[in-house]
Amino acid sequence: MAGNSNSGKKKSRWAAGITPYAEMGYYDADYEPKATDILCAFRLVPQAGVDPIEAAAAVAGESSTATWTVVWTDRLTPYEHYQAKCYRVDPVPGTDQYIAYIAYDIDLFEEGSIANLTSSIIGNVFGFKALKSLRLEDMRIPPHYAKTFQGPAHGIVMEREYLNKFGRPLLGATVKPKLGLSARNYGRVVYEALRGGLDFSKDDENINSQPFMRWRDRFLFCMEAVNRATAATGEIKGHYLNVTAGTMEEMYERADFAKELGSVIVMIDLTIGYTAIQSMAKWARRSGVILHLHRAGHGTYTRQKTHGVNFRVISKWMRLAGVDHIHAGTVVGKLEGDPNAIRGYYTTLRANKIEADLSQGLYFEQDWASLPAVMPVASGGIHAGQMHQLLHLLGEDVVLQFGGGTIGHPDGIAQGATANRVAVEAIIQGRNEGRDLLSEGPEILNKAARWSPELRKALDIWKDVSYDFESTDVPDAVGTVTVG
Amino acid sequence: MRITQGTFSYLPDFTEDQVKAQVRYCFENGWAFSIEHTDDPHPRNSYWDMWGLPMFDLQDLNVAMERIDECRKAFPQHYIKLNGYDRTKGKQTTMLSFIVQRPKNEPGFYLERTEAQDRRIQYTIRSKAGSAN
Repeated sequence: MAGNSNSGKKKSRWAAGITPYAEMGYYDADYEPKATDILCAFRLVPQAGVDPIEAAAAVAGESSTATWTVVWTDRLTPYEHYQAKCYRVDPVPGTDQYIAYIAYDIDLFEEGSIANLTSSIIGNVFGFKALKSLRLEDMRIPPHYAKTFQGPAHGIVMEREYLNKFGRPLLGATVKPKLGLSARNYGRVVYEALRGGLDFSKDDENINSQPFMRWRDRFLFCMEAVNRATAATGEIKGHYLNVTAGTMEEMYERADFAKELGSVIVMIDLTIGYTAIQSMAKWARRSGVILHLHRAGHGTYTRQKTHGVNFRVISKWMRLAGVDHIHAGTVVGKLEGDPNAIRGYYTTLRANKIEADLSQGLYFEQDWASLPAVMPVASGGIHAGQMHQLLHLLGEDVVLQFGGGTIGHPDGIAQGATANRVAVEAIIQGRNEGRDLLSEGPEILNKAARWSPELRKALDIWKDVSYDFESTDVPDAVGTVTVG
Repeated sequence: MRITQGTFSYLPDFTEDQVKAQVRYCFENGWAFSIEHTDDPHPRNSYWDMWGLPMFDLQDLNVAMERIDECRKAFPQHYIKLNGYDRTKGKQTTMLSFIVQRPKNEPGFYLERTEAQDRRIQYTIRSKAGSAN
């Protein structure tokens, strides 16, 4: 090829060997993203001496068409079209970090495949030596691409209409202890929690099919409990039967059995992988069964501010993949979560048309084009005394899961469930009457506790419990400025 | 038994003022207000009988309370619930639904079990009272 013909001047784009990514077309400050482009915001820290624009161009290159050296075979393609383009690099004031904005043409991705999308965008670049660290902060999924996915099997509206539950957060509890209960004892916890007033009970992420309790036995006893509680209250009840298993065949077998027994909901773990999640979402829509996702394992890559994938991106992928529920943080509970960041996750999961809002970590606008909404689940160290804060922070379309906060009630599991249900209904009543939740919440709860001994005990026993630690991951405090 | 469907079944029965406050909340949100009643509150009974059409344009709380009273008088032993419906795009569903009248004695439900093979059980929930039987 004619690559070396003009050596001596500035090196040709096609000269063999190494050319900076930025000069190969992976950086273009004048590029205007198309409505159909997939956009990404990466937080990157270049190695010492590496120019941030070159580092950002390298991310664009390595997550699209480039390899480490010039290849003449690029010239067999309209490479300008397939190259990802970094179009903006902003320093994060007071840090060694930069936010790089990169646009990818929609043709780079297979329709309806999270596996393909993620293999492209986070496939190789996170190990790239020229970077100290890299984090995918946000993505803009254009409607053209979003519409190639099924989306949530049912969504919030269908779930509420199916369950006949309106106007308040749904309530759940994870059966505790997590491990070791026999199937019969396990079903007892489910029955007590549901008859006492919860809408759902839940398997934990690591309850699958162990020697102390095999899945089939658990399913049978749990469905006895669910049906007993439904008949006792006249209200639809459900237990998230975790169908997570080692192979798709086993998951389908367990899910089909749950459906046959009449369960309204099944559950999977994030650890089963994106493709398995998409398969289960198709199964769930086909079967009329709600699909709950536990985000098991996400903390390994979502928690640190400078490396990994932000949870808001996982939220987007899971909305595309098609789950109906996803754990998305509590703010006030025992697990990581900055209030603004969590507000951003909830917005991402529930809203239809979303404006960019850096205070919530939302780097881009996002139009879901009527893809159904995912019900966020708040779980981990929350209790009835926080009900006004939970409603204020998380809103109404949420499942509040009180595991310890139900089963740990001194008078019993059903009493713990009743305490939570009384608390949520009293707070909703107060809110609808126009009362200010944050200032009047404790008073509303205490007033209800005068006639509800269950709530009185719950408020007394957990009154001092709070988890006040600094978050490791908060959105940047100020807007950033452009360089380059 | 006390059936616990609806947004406020775990609270003591509402006074007239408390009912009014919830209806006002529906009005403020622009939700259509409706009244439904039944003698068969089976958990899968999605279609209670409508007491007239949803009141899309109603803004007068006193009229709403009169409609509720008329329904109570006509069906003193039925369950009556009030609904707030939001027609806006993406919602198009019920936003609030709560029971404002119950029969003196709530009969509840039978849980019928049919044993099948391999320890499987088919469950059927049947209302003890109501026109369904």
